[in-house]
Amino acid sequence: MSDHNYTPQSKVGKWFNDRLPLLTLANHLTDYPTPKNLNYWWTFGGILTFCLITQIVTGLTLAMHYIAHADMAFESVEHIMRDVNYGWLIRYIHANGASMFFLAVYIHIFRSLFYGSYKSPREIIWIIGIIIYLLMMAAAFMGYVLPWGQMSFWGATVITNLFSAIPLVGEGIVTWLWGGYSVDNPTLTRFFTLHYLIPFLILGLVVLHIWALHVPGNNNPVGIDIQKPSKDTVPFHPYIVIKDGFALLMFMIVFAFFVFYTPNILGHADNYIEADPLVTPAHIVPEWYLLPFYAILRSVPDKLLGVIAMLSAILILAALPWLDTSKIRSAVFRPLYRQFYWILVADVLILGYVGAMPAEGLYLLIARVATAYYFLHFLVILPLLGFREKTIPLPLSITDPVLGGSTNFATAKNKEKSVIK
Amino acid sequence: MAEKKTKRRDFLFTATYAVGAVGVGAVVWPMIDQMNPDASVKALASTEVDVSSMNPGKTITVLWRGKPVFIRRRTQEEIAEAKSVKMEELKDPEKDEDRAKNPEWLVMLGVCTHLGCVPLDQKGDYNGWFCPCHGSHYDISGRIRKGPAPTNMEVPKYEFVNANTIKIG
Repeated sequence: MSDHNYTPQSKVGKWFNDRLPLLTLANHLTDYPTPKNLNYWWTFGGILTFCLITQIVTGLTLAMHYIAHADMAFESVEHIMRDVNYGWLIRYIHANGASMFFLAVYIHIFRSLFYGSYKSPREIIWIIGIIIYLLMMAAAFMGYVLPWGQMSFWGATVITNLFSAIPLVGEGIVTWLWGGYSVDNPTLTRFFTLHYLIPFLILGLVVLHIWALHVPGNNNPVGIDIQKPSKDTVPFHPYIVIKDGFALLMFMIVFAFFVFYTPNILGHADNYIEADPLVTPAHIVPEWYLLPFYAILRSVPDKLLGVIAMLSAILILAALPWLDTSKIRSAVFRPLYRQFYWILVADVLILGYVGAMPAEGLYLLIARVATAYYFLHFLVILPLLGFREKTIPLPLSITDPVLGGSTNFATAKNKEKSVIK
Repeated sequence: MAEKKTKRRDFLFTATYAVGAVGVGAVVWPMIDQMNPDASVKALASTEVDVSSMNPGKTITVLWRGKPVFIRRRTQEEIAEAKSVKMEELKDPEKDEDRAKNPEWLVMLGVCTHLGCVPLDQKGDYNGWFCPCHGSHYDISGRIRKGPAPTNMEVPKYEFVNANTIKIG
């Protein structure tokens, strides 16, 4: 950890810092020792912070023009698109920003899965992350309802009806959520309120997420603890700031491509038809980032069990630090886990694909097999693997592979040469 | 620890917690209950529908409490078909007589009992309704026959005010 004996140089700074140690905090963040072997998969934390700020800023500006009323919401969104200065730009950034946010969070989560970042002593960081992910899904769902198109309305109907699966109190809960006997104006106004609130809850949790991260420090691609801070780490600024900044630029190019060239490709055309409580669109599909869970919901033929399976698929992640019994963090040194990891990635992608397809015939069969495998991975394969797997010897330190003591000797040697040149 | 006697102070603590818990509950409940249907929503609880122009074999959809209600004037063949179904074949056994007081008129919420979509009229494997969202099939009595929906489509409270008017709710 960086030293907390920091004293500002200026007199004013010292006076201020003695009363509120903000400068000490800034100093800690600047000097924060970071493993020097972090790769580009580690830049998504910064990218996600950018996504959150983008959503908050564009969301605030949209809220200045949007009207949360069942009779006016749809029209006010069109008003934003046609009349408000740069309204189209702000709304497209916000709508595609949600997708970019999920894209980044999935990469961030799968980074942790590969390098075992959820393992001791980083369980709390991981669990806070899962809570953030849950809140993101809630915010995205409620935000999707606000334009009050056909997909908004029927998506809201289907998702709120999930609660009706709860025995005895289910119907009462659904009526309470709706504030009526169907999705209607009271539902829209409360969704808008909560959609506005959740990003700030996420912001608070992000602070805790980073705070919890700064206690043990970053995990790294080798997955071993820092031996000598002077040898194994670099200060966060400027090294990581520059690397994160470069990755962010690359990410923004992808972001801008969607916003300017295909702003509607990730949405559904049906949502440009105003909500009609008498007609359900022929094919209801959630946004792409929820598809794997939707596939799990539909693969179970029973209503209550389907809902339980879908929720368990998300909540099982919170138990991951205890389900994975292996002491070795990084998949680089776990030859078997590495294979199962890629099977899991394929499994989730397959679930996402069949989630977008009609739930019948072969698609349904594939969804059922993929759902079964998803739970098998977490509940059977991971616990057993920790005892059965023969892992590759770990290097002595983060610096070790660079100096030639590693299993990846040849690559280390090459790197060393290029560095010396 | 061995001889723990209840003191005056313990009593005061317990009493304070108890009063505090009641106070918190009294403040939290209005915050929760405000989300339940309000008086204006409840006031719209009944609708009258004129069905004088409906011929047998026709379905109309009306809006009641923000939900679609199907009113179908069934043909004699349909009534016969609905009555002929054996109870063992049904997932949610219910006699047609119990669902349609007057067998010619079927009045039910047009809401799929799975996740709330509106089923399509005269579609599906049982000549009744079919839900496009997740593939539930209903028969001509609105009973679930195939698919993920757990129960039959709900029959709301309704009555014939006169020969031509149905009051729902």
